[in-house]
Amino acid sequence: MFRNDTIAAISTAMADGGIGIVRISGDEACQVMEKVFRPAKKKDMKSVDSHTAHYGYIYDGEKKIDECICLIMRAPHTYTREDVVEINCHGGVTVMKKVLETVIRHGARPAEPGEFTKRAFLNGRIDLSQAEAVMDVISSKNEFALESSLKQLEGSLKKKIEEIRKVIIHNIAAIESALDDPEHMTIDGYGQQLLVDVKKLKEEITILIDTADNGRILKEGIKTVIIGKPNAGKSSLLNILVGEERAIVTDIAGTTRDTLEESINIHGIPLNIIDTAGIRDTEDIIEKIGVDKAKESIASADLVLYVVDMSRELDHNDDIIMDMIREKKVIVLLNKSDLDKKIDADWMKKKLLKETVEISTKTQEGILKFYEILKDMFFQGNLSFNNEIYITNMRHKNALNEALESLSMVEQSIMDDMPEDFYSIDLMNAYEALGYIIGESLGEDLVNEIFSEFCMGK
Amino acid sequence: MALLEETYDIVVVGAGHAGCEAALACARLGFETICFTVSMDSVALMPCNPNVGGSSKGHLVKEIDALGGEMGINIDKTYIQSKMLNKSKGPAVHSLRAQADKAEYSRHMRMTMENTEHLTLRQAEVVEILAEDGKVCGVKTYSGAIYHAKAVVLATGTYLKARCIYGEVSNATGPNGLQAANYLTDSLKSLGIEMYRFKTGTPARIDKRSINFDVMEEQFGDENIVPFSFTNKEEDIKRPQISCWLTYTNEETHNIIRENLHRSPLFSGAIEGTGPRYCPSIEDKVVKFADKNRHQVFIEPEGEYTNEMYVGGMSSSLPEDVQYKMYRSVKGLENVKIVRNAYAIEYDCINPMQLKASLEFKAVDGLFSGGQFNGSSGYEEAAAQGLIAGINACRKLQGKEPVILKRSEAYIGVLIDDLVTKETHEPYRMMTSRAEYRLLLRQDNADLRLTPIGHEVGLINEERYEALLEKEKQIKAEVERVNGKKIGASKEVQELLEQLGSSTLKTAVTLGELIRRPELKYEDLASIDPERPQLDDDVVNQVNINIKYDGYISRQMKQVEQFKKLEVKTIPEEIDYEKVGSLRKEAVQKLSKIRPHSIGQASRISGVSPADISVLLVYLEQYRRNQS
Repeated sequence: MFRNDTIAAISTAMADGGIGIVRISGDEACQVMEKVFRPAKKKDMKSVDSHTAHYGYIYDGEKKIDECICLIMRAPHTYTREDVVEINCHGGVTVMKKVLETVIRHGARPAEPGEFTKRAFLNGRIDLSQAEAVMDVISSKNEFALESSLKQLEGSLKKKIEEIRKVIIHNIAAIESALDDPEHMTIDGYGQQLLVDVKKLKEEITILIDTADNGRILKEGIKTVIIGKPNAGKSSLLNILVGEERAIVTDIAGTTRDTLEESINIHGIPLNIIDTAGIRDTEDIIEKIGVDKAKESIASADLVLYVVDMSRELDHNDDIIMDMIREKKVIVLLNKSDLDKKIDADWMKKKLLKETVEISTKTQEGILKFYEILKDMFFQGNLSFNNEIYITNMRHKNALNEALESLSMVEQSIMDDMPEDFYSIDLMNAYEALGYIIGESLGEDLVNEIFSEFCMGK
Repeated sequence: MALLEETYDIVVVGAGHAGCEAALACARLGFETICFTVSMDSVALMPCNPNVGGSSKGHLVKEIDALGGEMGINIDKTYIQSKMLNKSKGPAVHSLRAQADKAEYSRHMRMTMENTEHLTLRQAEVVEILAEDGKVCGVKTYSGAIYHAKAVVLATGTYLKARCIYGEVSNATGPNGLQAANYLTDSLKSLGIEMYRFKTGTPARIDKRSINFDVMEEQFGDENIVPFSFTNKEEDIKRPQISCWLTYTNEETHNIIRENLHRSPLFSGAIEGTGPRYCPSIEDKVVKFADKNRHQVFIEPEGEYTNEMYVGGMSSSLPEDVQYKMYRSVKGLENVKIVRNAYAIEYDCINPMQLKASLEFKAVDGLFSGGQFNGSSGYEEAAAQGLIAGINACRKLQGKEPVILKRSEAYIGVLIDDLVTKETHEPYRMMTSRAEYRLLLRQDNADLRLTPIGHEVGLINEERYEALLEKEKQIKAEVERVNGKKIGASKEVQELLEQLGSSTLKTAVTLGELIRRPELKYEDLASIDPERPQLDDDVVNQVNINIKYDGYISRQMKQVEQFKKLEVKTIPEEIDYEKVGSLRKEAVQKLSKIRPHSIGQASRISGVSPADISVLLVYLEQYRRNQS
């Protein structure tokens, strides 16, 4: 799928703080805006001047979503040189998502990674000297989206989509082989049989869309890694964190069980604790998993919780860890404050220049303080989760919706008694839309299916 | 000894279905053309099935005709049975197929070739392609004669180093026992061209007198004949038709095959070429679809003046004695006599990814190719490529842009784009499912799609072009009229609807809305539509289709708009993909190898991701700005 239409994305950090902007770009940006935005003072949004701001509300049909300021910028003096609309909402991750979803429901499509920048460049907005940088952004963002989506999709969800695609391609092949070789095969009356499959597939896809709605296709949240030497109290900390909000731990059968992350919610802040076997089971992360593995986890993390046993002196292992986390958002947890302290909190704070708090996983002393620090970081916007994961989820949902719509068209064609060749056109669209989620294109799939399942030929 | 030396504008190597179209196109466009064949008796030979057209292939023939090619005209002259397949399905998959009188087909094509101005037909084996500085300059024949030319079109079919095999018997011949061409492969290799070895096969021909037709089902042709050529009307070509016959294999047949599999060269490994999955040998079918207890067998006449019959569905490379046993186990063939054995044939062809979309070799300037030599299969696929290769050889000499048909324009466009873009490991056959915009690429509108291009090229005369424009105008006007025409709920209307099994009207509707009802068509509503103009059947047909399937058609047209945006973004030939920093390694390799002509083509290469395409777009923009 490669299209040149109207795109939308959240263009600010996904954090609960400040203002959130949903940006729309493309020929139909203004039309989409008109469908979702109602100005507070009555005016015709079609005829307002370019580069003006308008106060009003975002509506999804008759449902008010948020109050906002809407910036109208018409081509060519915009970032992408296309018509651009920016909806400044009140922030709040949930609200921004709702606004974006509304915009997408009304005709925009989720932007591909780096797509705004790409358009800006292609339309001559960005200086030639920046071309290399633009290409890097596109490829690295795509790499990330692909990687995160593949990682998250592994297991049952991928299998589910593959199963659905299998049923679809088999049906297409049945129709196509008969069309190709009408004297060997007949598909008269195939519609009724297909209808049963299509109804079932639609149900299955609807369930997947709900899954996507709940953010469970790709896990959103702050990617958090707990790190520390053996016996520093990592597991105890994890138990406290998980125990705190046990009820909110997501574990919907078939969606998240086989991913490697534990989603918890601390006072409204979504955390994905990287719950690798290594961190949970291995006694000595530095020695046993090795520095590389630890580095890898840290590199992809939004937040590192560094647990230090303050009843012991620091040693060379701590130096290694401190070296690895220097560039990251970190909260240092000086554990075992109930024992004899060998490390001074202020000294530690100065040494690492990171938020530091004394806790005891045994008495739970200091845990509330830790939550305060966490909340401060989040609501001040210092801590946010990666936009790309959310937007990838959004793209997946969009693809699922497309597949669902295509299957509805198949259904309609069957009811209208259209000839069988019309069914396979929309079946094919559904197949391709689903393939997008698991990163597979049509390729030779159909031809292969025809020849392996149906006996053709002279 | 003095060697013969002659000079032509264009040399065509081969006079099969590709070679004939190529040579005729070149000569008709005014270029002095010589066409070589290993045997004057094998011009436009059909060494396999005795028919032209069929699913998606019928589309190709119509397109060839719309562009000004010969195949449609020739089959209209020589068919002995005609059928529109898939008539109960949508118009996009209606496919015309005709049984051909093979000898007549060949004879008429040869006659056309012989009587075309600027065209010389010559029997000789071409053994070498002459090139200087990467540019073709002629060919050399086995006798040593040299023919200078500015462009060469290769259409060697299945003749290169051909080998025919059944059982333990292997003959170094081309199809039908004709002489193979054994030297050209080496010449091509020395020009740096990568060769493949492909395989295909054909069933036995049997004696009509030894067949018991009483126990078979007779297969008649259609009553109404649709001509392949847009220049013909039904009455021009109507003639008595000859039937085909249907029978089946059975468990005994399958047992005979299973017991003798070890003697098949396919299973023993004696055949190394890659065969096509879509026309498997009977032994393949029995092995792969073991649960099927019978397979269809079509007995088709090879012509009017011969007793030879083609055994459709039972191609094989089993030994002669097994062939006898196997055919004789089929109902109605108990006493059959074989006239020609079934055999498998192996031949050299090229990896077509070495070609540009114009069918010119990337590595050798002025060298074009078409047909089975390009790794395709089928007479129709061959003819289509031959025509395009011929046209583009001429355009090269004229200094004009090549004709590259888009996937949204023609099956021929899909065929060639697939060949030059996608890795093929078996002979490529056209299928309607390969055409993503097939609702638009119907056999009935091939003239509307392509005749303007044929006219621009110079193969369609003014008269035919004017007639097309007139037809186009009539269709448009009538569709508009019908969509605007209100029909009230009068007694007459209600009665007609009832009579036609359609629900009666509650409020007024347009005539278009009525035609859109599945049970109604334009012709049915004449009595309530008195202002209707007098229109030809094919105009009426277009009006029907355009109105009935309007929703689907406009959806595909929207998709085509998006598709075209990438097709028109051409990639400069000199681009060095290694220099595009952010492309993934796999993409760099594939793009460097295939060197696509447009972003659209690049996006269809397997292993090139949408992100790579984005990066490439940015790079090309940077490149463009740097150039200007």
